[in-house]
Amino acid sequence: MKEIAEGSLLYLDNVHRAFDGFKAINGLSLVLAPGEMRAIIGPNGAGKTTMMDIITGKTKPDTGDVIFEGKVDLTRHDEAEIANMGIGRKFQKPTVFESHTVADNLELALRARRGPFATLLHQTTKAEFDRIDEILETIRLTARRDWLAANLSHGQKQWLEIGMLLAQEPRLLLVDEPVAGMTDDETAETAALLRRIAKTQSVVVVEHDMTFVRELGVKVTVLHEGSVLAEGSLDAVSSNPKVIEVYLGR
Amino acid sequence: MITQFLLGGLDRRVNVVLALILAVAVVVPVLHLALPPDNPFHVPNYAMALFGKYLCYALLALSLDLVWGYCGILSLGHGAFFALGGYAMGMYLMRQIGPRGVYGDPILPDFMVFLNYKELPWFWYGFDMFWFAALMVVLVPGALAFVFGWFAFRSRVTGVYLSIITQAMTYALLLAFFRNDMGLGGNNGLTDFKDILGFPVQAPGTRAALFAATALALALCFWICSAVTRSKLGKVLVAVRDAESRTRFIGYRVENYKLFVWVLSAMMAGVAGALYVPQIGIINPSEFDPANSIEAVIWVAVGGRGTLLGPIVGAILVNFGKTWFTSALPELWLFALGALFVVVTLFLPKGVVGTVRQFWRERSERKAVAVAPIKPNPEPEPAE
Ligand SMILES: Nc1ncnc2c1ncn2[C@@H]1O[C@H](COP(=O)(O)OP(=O)(O)OP(=O)(O)O)[C@@H](O)[C@H]1O
Ligand SMILES: [Mg+2]
Repeated sequence: MKEIAEGSLLYLDNVHRAFDGFKAINGLSLVLAPGEMRAIIGPNGAGKTTMMDIITGKTKPDTGDVIFEGKVDLTRHDEAEIANMGIGRKFQKPTVFESHTVADNLELALRARRGPFATLLHQTTKAEFDRIDEILETIRLTARRDWLAANLSHGQKQWLEIGMLLAQEPRLLLVDEPVAGMTDDETAETAALLRRIAKTQSVVVVEHDMTFVRELGVKVTVLHEGSVLAEGSLDAVSSNPKVIEVYLGR
Repeated sequence: MITQFLLGGLDRRVNVVLALILAVAVVVPVLHLALPPDNPFHVPNYAMALFGKYLCYALLALSLDLVWGYCGILSLGHGAFFALGGYAMGMYLMRQIGPRGVYGDPILPDFMVFLNYKELPWFWYGFDMFWFAALMVVLVPGALAFVFGWFAFRSRVTGVYLSIITQAMTYALLLAFFRNDMGLGGNNGLTDFKDILGFPVQAPGTRAALFAATALALALCFWICSAVTRSKLGKVLVAVRDAESRTRFIGYRVENYKLFVWVLSAMMAGVAGALYVPQIGIINPSEFDPANSIEAVIWVAVGGRGTLLGPIVGAILVNFGKTWFTSALPELWLFALGALFVVVTLFLPKGVVGTVRQFWRERSERKAVAVAPIKPNPEPEPAE
């Protein structure tokens, strides 16, 4: 069984997870190749966020394999360990550190030693300042550098969270609904940004916005009731009768 | 590396506070010792003990604010660490009495003779040496905090549940220390101290020195807290306070951070307790009373949690109020304290220092806007 995991970046096989008898994830299998970007769509409650919870160690699956880079069993590790292995996550509801400045939010996320004594004696280096500036440029928040994150708009918080993800330099990015609450222009920019990121890192994007998914132009996985309903190009899945039924039948 | 770290804790505001505390450390003892009793500026004996007590409370409040204000851990049991530090100092002071006790036993304190102890219990060994006692003042509260925190933070107990078990911890210690067979004086605690480091505890010079030592300890801890909260670790602590699970997802082991700051805070509370005991002249189990810990929370709330000056101001203000109330209208004190807490929670959620600071910031921002109206207003947040 495990041989299939070899060569993959992320490998989920027959994963199950129930909450009080409700099967949120029900036989989910998914394979992501290194360097791949994948879009995940599916109606509300399909289990998209729960899938990310399982990958990042927030939720343990009842049964099933979750394997990173063909060898690491993610179900045996906790959130911090998984983050340090190189899996970064942006949450559905943007969560930034509100009482820190934009720059401090990035500094906290920046790849560096994570232990208490290391951070206690840490002095921010020139390289780190430069990296923060670079990310601020990318997420277009240079002018907001010293603002408290609490004072950012919803869209800006989304971008700051993407910036924090970049700062971590993960090998795999899990991005949950990045364009919720964004204008059309911002949405297009976010798609461009994610495509750029995908050149060097692997990305899984969950999104409802079909225009956005179309702009990403990548393989799409449709989740429904905790398992994969269809997989393929956006055009292929959106003409799939089962998918149409799920989306229209509600 | 350490000096760089400590220097990182200094800025103008911190320097001013440090200078003020140091000035108090010098001026009050001088007024006590150098001026004749009929001089209106003379600080009498009882006032020295009183002010010294306020400073100990200020240090306790500071330590509590470090965990509550900066890391979101609301401890309702910090009085336990304070009392343990106090007992460690009390044990040293007891052993200094030597054969001068009522029963004249050269080794055993009076209460042990009275309870028919034949020999000194093992955990009293070493307390005849000041350095050992001083070490225990930080190690005992630190060790308890470590064990408690290790289990609590690892099992991710947070919020109200954590507060409740901290309260249970101090209550359990209260009951334990009441028992005579604890070997720590039971109900009566430790008292009738004679001297400290060879100086009589009651002498004006000793009182002055103890007061100065307390102010110095407060200044040092203030400085350490400032350096800690400004370091990257301090930023992680605030991140934990605001969004604990988010912090985990960027790779920080939240439990280790909590444990670090919790143990540091407990040690500071222990120092506060150790300085308190020789100035007050007694330590007994009532110091473990959960109500004491709750009072400390009120000091911090009144002064302003999440600021380092706040807890110091709060502890001193509330205790001045308490001293006045308990002499003028003793039966009303608890109501006044309760009312104060309600008023502060409702109208001054940032406490005195937090509110003043916010007022200044807004004023200067208004000025800045008047000069250069470019600074954009934050856009309103859409409803989630
Ligand atoms: N911790 C939990 N406890 C109980 N139920 C849960 C938990 N997490 C998720 N669920 C349930 O699992 C189901 C799947 O939720 P999930 O958040 O994964 O859906 P989603 O596909 O992300 O939906 P949306 O598009 O609305 O974000 C939902 O019905 C949800 O109520
Ligand atoms: Mg979701």
